[in-house]
Amino acid sequence: MKGTVYTETVVWSPPEAFAKDVPYQLVIVTLEDGTRVTGRILGDRVSIDDRVALAEDRSGIPYFKLIL
Amino acid sequence: MRPVVVAGAGKTSFGAFAGRDLRSLAVEAATKCLADAQCLPSQVEAFFLGNFAGPSFVGQNHLAPYISGALGITGAPSTRFEAACASSGAAFFQAVQCVGAGIYDAVLVCGVEKMTSQTTARVAEILAGAGDLAGEVKAGATFPALFAMIARRHMHLYGTTREQMAAVAVKNHANGARNPQAHLRKIITMEQALAGKPVSDPLTVYDCSLISDGAASVLVVAAEKAAEFGGIPVRVLGIAQTSDYVALDQKADITSLEAVRSSAQQAYRMARLTAADIEFAEVHDCFTIAEILAMEELGFVEKGGGGPYVFSGETALGGSRPVNTSGGLQSKGHPVGATGVAQICDIVQQIRGDAGDRQVKRNRIGLAQNLGGSGATSVVSILGAM
Repeated sequence: MKGTVYTETVVWSPPEAFAKDVPYQLVIVTLEDGTRVTGRILGDRVSIDDRVALAEDRSGIPYFKLIL
Repeated sequence: MRPVVVAGAGKTSFGAFAGRDLRSLAVEAATKCLADAQCLPSQVEAFFLGNFAGPSFVGQNHLAPYISGALGITGAPSTRFEAACASSGAAFFQAVQCVGAGIYDAVLVCGVEKMTSQTTARVAEILAGAGDLAGEVKAGATFPALFAMIARRHMHLYGTTREQMAAVAVKNHANGARNPQAHLRKIITMEQALAGKPVSDPLTVYDCSLISDGAASVLVVAAEKAAEFGGIPVRVLGIAQTSDYVALDQKADITSLEAVRSSAQQAYRMARLTAADIEFAEVHDCFTIAEILAMEELGFVEKGGGGPYVFSGETALGGSRPVNTSGGLQSKGHPVGATGVAQICDIVQQIRGDAGDRQVKRNRIGLAQNLGGSGATSVVSILGAM
């Protein structure tokens, strides 16, 4: 599953459940079918309009990776 | 709809009050309001409470009669409204609808939130419940993160800058420093605003509103009955509430707060006014970017023009259209369930000429804009001098 970064942020002040992940990058990705999904980024930081691919699904959370 | 007025208003100070419980805050605000309107508890035909998360913050449920009983109001319908940070805006909207429709002559509206007894991380978690728990929140979104993603997109599309966002924080802190009831009475410089601790990029701590305790109350009365009460009445010229998707990723364009635009348009139509007629406003600056978006959706400027507009000084206390003379949510404070009614109290105070050294010169028509979540609820109210 591939898509384009619609928007992103790096979270520094997390809810209790994600304290161990900080800082993490959150994204909304526009998928190739036009729908949007909120997920996380693995590895290199991304910017708006970057192409990303689904890397893995961790308990229902989609993790995307930058397509180089 | 028959004409409706706000016949009384009362607020607690906003702040972190370790020794105060939720009910005592609500009772203080409502008692001040009833005294201002010279209204007896027996004259109140319905009690509408705005509260977002009392059950999560303090554990108490059944909050409306819990508070109205303490005011000596029994035998009347007493109900809590929940619409995230627009909870008391929604309660006020329903009160105006009911009085306007002739169902009641006098409805007491109160908004309250007691937030500071929880840690910041727990507060963030409770507030996140106003987002989509199954999607964005599960992935790690907080409200600062949602508005940070809106800000990033707005910067990308329109060239909005960090300096423009910081200008909102500098202005609202300057106003709040003059407000004796504000939570954080501290002037900040542009340099400080830009160097704040990061919360969720590009937002820093100075882009975010405060975690506060507080309550606010207004008495909504049929204009034809206003003479039976003692306060200086203020007309409700127009009001509307509209809705949108809760999840940010469901929206076609996250830089547009469609509910704010539609509720504003309906309120303008009802008031037979346009954006150009609005002399001053209290808007929902939960984050600096939200005030920039509000300028656009309320029609004060064209889409994308919000950044340059807030940077221009036009919305400062001495500007052509002052915005958030109370200090806004960033400085006055943001006890979320109280915010909508607190904005109405702030507009009433300006129209009555009671705002002291924050008094605006053109004070006959003011607008209040109250937002729930990342835009799924919007209430816009336009008030005017009699």
